[in-house]
Formats: sequence, structure tokens, C-alpha cells
Amino acid sequence: MKIRTNEQLDSVLTSCTEGLKNKMEGFGGKRAVLLCGGTGCLSSHSNEIKNKFNELIAEYGISDKVTVNQVGCFGFCSQGPFVKILPEDTLYRLVKVEDVEEIVKTDLMNNQVIERLLYVDPVTHEKVQKQDDINFYKKQKRVALHGCGTINAEDINEAMGYGAFKGLQRALSMTPKEVIDEVLASGLRGRGGAGFPTGRKWSFAYANNADQKYVVCNGDEGDPGAFMDRSILEGNPFAVIEGMMIAGYAIGASEGYFYVRAEYPIAVNRLQKAIDQMTEIGILGDNILGTDFSFMAHIRLGAGAFVCGEETALLNSIEGKRGMPRPRPPFPAVKGLWGQPTVVNNVETLACVPYILREGATEFASTGTERSKGTKVFALGGKVNNVGLVEVPMGTTLRELIYDIGGGIPDGKKFKAIQTGGPSGGCLTEEYLDEPIDFDNLVAKGSMMGSGGAIVMDEDNCMVNIAKFYMEFICDESCGKCSPCRIGTKRMLEILTRITDGKGTMEDLQELEELSEAVKNNSLCALGQTAANPVVSTITHFKDEYLAHIEERRCPAGTCKSLMKYRIDRNKCFGCKLCARNCPVGAISVSEYTAPGKKKPALHIDQDKCIKCGMCRASCKFGAIMKG
Amino acid sequence: MQKLSEAAVKQINEICDRHINDKTPLMMILSDIQKEYGYVPIDVQEIVSERTGISVAEIYGVVTFYSFFSLKPKGKYIIGCCLGTACYVKGAQRVIDEFCEILGIEPGETTEDGMFTIDALRCIGACGIAPAVSINGTVYPKVQVNQVHSIIDEYRKMG
Repeated sequence: MKIRTNEQLDSVLTSCTEGLKNKMEGFGGKRAVLLCGGTGCLSSHSNEIKNKFNELIAEYGISDKVTVNQVGCFGFCSQGPFVKILPEDTLYRLVKVEDVEEIVKTDLMNNQVIERLLYVDPVTHEKVQKQDDINFYKKQKRVALHGCGTINAEDINEAMGYGAFKGLQRALSMTPKEVIDEVLASGLRGRGGAGFPTGRKWSFAYANNADQKYVVCNGDEGDPGAFMDRSILEGNPFAVIEGMMIAGYAIGASEGYFYVRAEYPIAVNRLQKAIDQMTEIGILGDNILGTDFSFMAHIRLGAGAFVCGEETALLNSIEGKRGMPRPRPPFPAVKGLWGQPTVVNNVETLACVPYILREGATEFASTGTERSKGTKVFALGGKVNNVGLVEVPMGTTLRELIYDIGGGIPDGKKFKAIQTGGPSGGCLTEEYLDEPIDFDNLVAKGSMMGSGGAIVMDEDNCMVNIAKFYMEFICDESCGKCSPCRIGTKRMLEILTRITDGKGTMEDLQELEELSEAVKNNSLCALGQTAANPVVSTITHFKDEYLAHIEERRCPAGTCKSLMKYRIDRNKCFGCKLCARNCPVGAISVSEYTAPGKKKPALHIDQDKCIKCGMCRASCKFGAIMKG
Repeated sequence: MQKLSEAAVKQINEICDRHINDKTPLMMILSDIQKEYGYVPIDVQEIVSERTGISVAEIYGVVTFYSFFSLKPKGKYIIGCCLGTACYVKGAQRVIDEFCEILGIEPGETTEDGMFTIDALRCIGACGIAPAVSINGTVYPKVQVNQVHSIIDEYRKMG
């Protein structure tokens, strides 16, 4: 059935809301099993778990009492796959296919919670039964991730039961100018990295008259270690399409393009299904809800080029060309896709738009800091206990993010730095842990918000090596159009390689700083302009590590293989020779020194013979062998 | 290189026709060809050029720009080692080095017997199970260097 009027939409929304509420609250004694269907959990056999549930539920004849639902990402990826039982809200984690039978028999049939599958708090060691009681979720607020982990992303009825299209409906009752004013009032800033006010971007495109305008959704999430856009598209594609339509109405565009990485097949598939379902009920198409507004949405796939995350390169790619950036101005709002006024918004930005129109600008702006409103999704990863996707109010401190939500650093290691903004961003050290997260504050402290990658590093990570890692990435992904970026990043990579190989000089360090400045000031697009950020930030905060590599030929973290040395602390060594027996190249021999209180002489490693395999360190029972 | 069969030419033309009415369809055509054949060699580009009227030079420029398109065929098993930041800080470089050493090839290359290709991937988003390795879509979680040998053997046995 096509929905053609506001009244029809209202009645459908009411019945869908009722349906979803009944499912969540266990109406008629019917329970629901929710399974995470995000990429991370699917990699850990979430689909097989779903099939096993369906099989066993049929076998035990409880199909009329239980439904099995695949929903979007729960966000808590390091503890996946998840199984959630409603209405009790019991959350089982790290579930294996073999566990399904026990869940069916013990919980679903006998209402007993299975203790061993519950989450254990890494600090208090207490078991936690309900999702909302887990520290990881307590400080989060879901705006962009609205519906992710709750609704079935392939079912438009569930989306409509969870608030979908109410924002669009309200927008269509306003004038385009009023919609733009509402978004301006909300203070929403672009979530793709730069933080440009979304409402202003829209007002530029609105002011340009043209027969055809476009909205483009940037889903080319290339920052390594960031996957919030993917999870939003996988968890609630309807919200992103709705956001795109509202943008289209505001600027006067009747067509929209999603540009999504080809590496995200599940996201692409669900997005297409959502477009099809919306077209089928007439929410997408001509004369939406009986108004003059018509809108069509298309998907274009990326093909593995990081630079296409830059908006003008992305437009070139949609136009079937090499994805190289164009000089700006003219900005896309004046001359964008096929020369027409175009607004390019990131996935997360568009996902916030329906919330703003549905709940109102004031409500959205009630969270956040003075100049950064709302929430931000981070992909928290690296050396942190709770790896996953978290959405926190702007203004949350880094300490809350890493320790309260992230559960701290594993294995009792020491926190060293958090890297935000990926290859364009920088590192923040311990002294910045109590800084609130917002666009301007992170820039002021030498990093940036970026698209939301947040990688935690501990004492075992070498910061020179991390700078080299990002430079390798940028050098590889530089499109080659402008020489400061093409040649500059290559030269910087060569210098960083020399330093990590133990062949660097003090002049190298100086040249690195000069090059950083030159590449930053002279590159055409943001990729080049920000390429040196990881280098500058690591030199600022970890100059001692650079100096150790250059002056002492030593890697303090013990990461850089060419500089790594294994040494025996001769005062700790008992002379048991276990390491010598384990050494594959016979590099360990008895020395002439016997430590006070020890009976046998200490052992010694011949650095010329050592192949740095680490067997000695692994075999030593007294912790007498150190690397670094 | 072998001359393309008539059936192949027909199929490539069909792929072109699927998208030819879209605005600027080149990327979509190339994506479909890459997915179906695993690579987009010059003689295929020539057929696309004839059908779409886009010059071979321009098509070649696009094919060589994007890492998703390949001029050479890839191995039967594509070993994708994630080198995203989350995997990297957890030791992914050592894992890919081990794959390279055992198979005697560099990232991006294919073994002589056509069995394996090693690809360095930029974040597959499986950060919760880092370091991750994806082989023809099957994801191996938390891969340690000493597991690499047995993973390769597993595929060698399958042939």
C-alpha cells in the first residue's frame, strides 16, 4: 500500500510503534531473541547462531513463544557475538553456536539466567545481567545510532515503529528555509571530520538557483580503525535516507547519491533494501506525502581510494573519473555533481538530521558543549578493554571515554596516548585525559575530531613507528595530483623509515619538521594539508622517542625491529641456561659475572648473532630478559 | 594473453548495457566486471570502450587509480590482512610479514601456482577481534604469528 497523506502515515506509524513495543515488552508472554547483525559479529558466526536458534526453537516446539530477530550493531564489538533476550533485557556475550542449546533450554524454556555467559566487569569482576547496567553503555547517548541494535535493519515496519519518517513529516510541513533554520539552531556540525556547520552548508546550496541540485551522502569511510558510518548504515539505513531527503527538501534537490565503500557489502545491501522498501510504500518517489516534493536515491560504490572521502574527489568518482580533488572554490554548493549545486554530508551527519526534526533543535542542542552540540560516535579500538562503537555527548572527557566506557588498558599496561582523527589527526597524552571532547578543543590541543576513530596506545607502542604507519598510508593513498603531497609525503616516509631503521640523523628530524610545514601549507586538498599531523603531534609529545631512535639507536617501546635488542639483567639472572637452550642460533653464553647472592654466573646475549626472535624472553622464568 | 571468447565479449557487452543509461556509468561497469571476472585487463577495457564511447586511455586511467580494480588475475584464495590502525597496534604487521615470508610473495602479489594472493587491507571494521585476517570472506579473529602456517596449510589441503 502506498502512503500518500499525513493521516495514512500517522496510522501506519501508530500501528508499527504498537507492534514493536509489544515485541520488546513481551506482549502475550512472547519473548524475543535479538542477535547482533553487524559486520564484527557476523565475522564471529552470528548467522550460524541465528540458524541454530531457529532450528532448536522449531525442534522444541516453542515457535509460538519466541521470535528470533537480527538487529544492527550492539557496539560492544570485543564482547560479540551478542544474544539479547527480551523482555528481561538479559545480555549474553561471546556466544558460540554450542551455547545456543543451553540458552534455549535453560533460559527460554526454564527462565533461568545462564551466569557463565554474562558480561563480567573488568574492574569489579562482578557479573552484569542487563545491557543498561554495563558501564560501557551507561555514559552513552544514542542519537546517530538511534535504532542500531534495537530494530531489524531490513524491516521498514520496525524502523517506523521506532520513530522513522516523523522528522521528514515535520520537515515537509515547514518551508525549506524553516528547515535550514532549525538545523542551524541545533548547532549540528559535519561529522565527517571538518566540523563545518551543516545548516550553513545547506543555506549556500539553497541560495543557488538551478534546475537540478543534488544531495550526496559521503559513506567512503576510509580512516583505518573507524567504522561508525558502516555500523549506522548496517543498523538503521532508514534514518540516513530520511536525513538525505530532509536535506534534499531544504536545498531543493530531487535526487540523492550514496557513495559507499565497496568493502562494505552488508551496508550496501541493507541500504538498497531500505531504498526499495521506502519506494514501495511511496515515502521515496514522486509527490511525497501529497506534497510537491519528489525524491529519488541512488547508490554508487567506491573502489578503494581513501582520497575519495574528500568531497570533490568523491564527486569526480561518481562522475566516473579518477578520484582526484578539484580546486575549491567553486565549492560543491555552487558547482558540484555534474556542475550542479550539491550538498555533500557524511553518513553520521545525515543520521542526526531526522532526530533534530523529530525532537526539535532545542532538544538536540541540550547535549554537548557551547560550540559543539549533540553527540559523537567513536570507534574505540586498540589497547583498550572494551573495543567497540560508542556514542557519547560532546564534552565527555577522554578519561571517561577510555576508562569508564573503555574499561581501561588491558594486562595492567600503562596508557601512553590516544590517537584521534586517523591519518589526519594527532595523539593526545595522559596530561590531556581530562579535556572535554569537542571539535575546537581537540584542534586546540593538537589533534582533531576526525571522523571518529579513537585508537588507544599503551607503553608497547612506538610513536615513531605509528607516525611511519600513518605516513605509509597517506603516501600510498595520495592521488598524485599536486606535488607537495605526492613528493612531500614520500620524502617524509623515507626519513621516518631511516629513523626507525636506526639510520636517522638530527638533520633528518629538522627536515621532517620543515617538510611537514611545506606539505601542510601547499597541498591542494585536506588529505595533503593534514598529512603531516601525526608526525607533528608525535614530535611534539614524544620528542624523547625520536631522540632515542636517532641518538641512542634505541626503540624504547621495543617495536622497531631493526633497533630491538634483547638484554639480560645480570643481577636478576640465576644462570639456569634455560634461555641458552631455547635460543635457535646459539647466541647466548655464560658470562664471567656472578651477581651477589647468586650461585651461578649470569648469561649474556651476543648481539651480532641474535635474530631477535624473543624465544629467550618467553622462556625465562625470572623475568631477567628485557627488550628495548 | 588469450583472446577473449565470444561468450565473454557478449557478457561484457551485457554488463555495459546494464548501466549504459545511467549518468556516467563507467565505475559501475568496471565494478561489475571486476566482481565477475576478478580483473579488468586491457582487451576487456577495449570492449568497454567500444560499447560506451569512452576512450581506452580514460578507462585505463580509472582502472589503475582505484585499488579495487586489478589488471592481473588474482589467486584462488585472497588472503586479506587487515592493516587498519586497531589491527596494526595489535601486531598485524608481523602477521602479514609471516604470510609473505611463508608464501614468498609481497602484498599485492600472487603465488606462481595461482593459489594465493596477499592483500594488505585498510580496516575491515572487525576491530573488536584485531588483528583480523579475511580469506575469501572467512574472517579469522585475533590471528597470532604462530597460527599462520596452519591457516595456509588448511587451504593448501583444500587445493
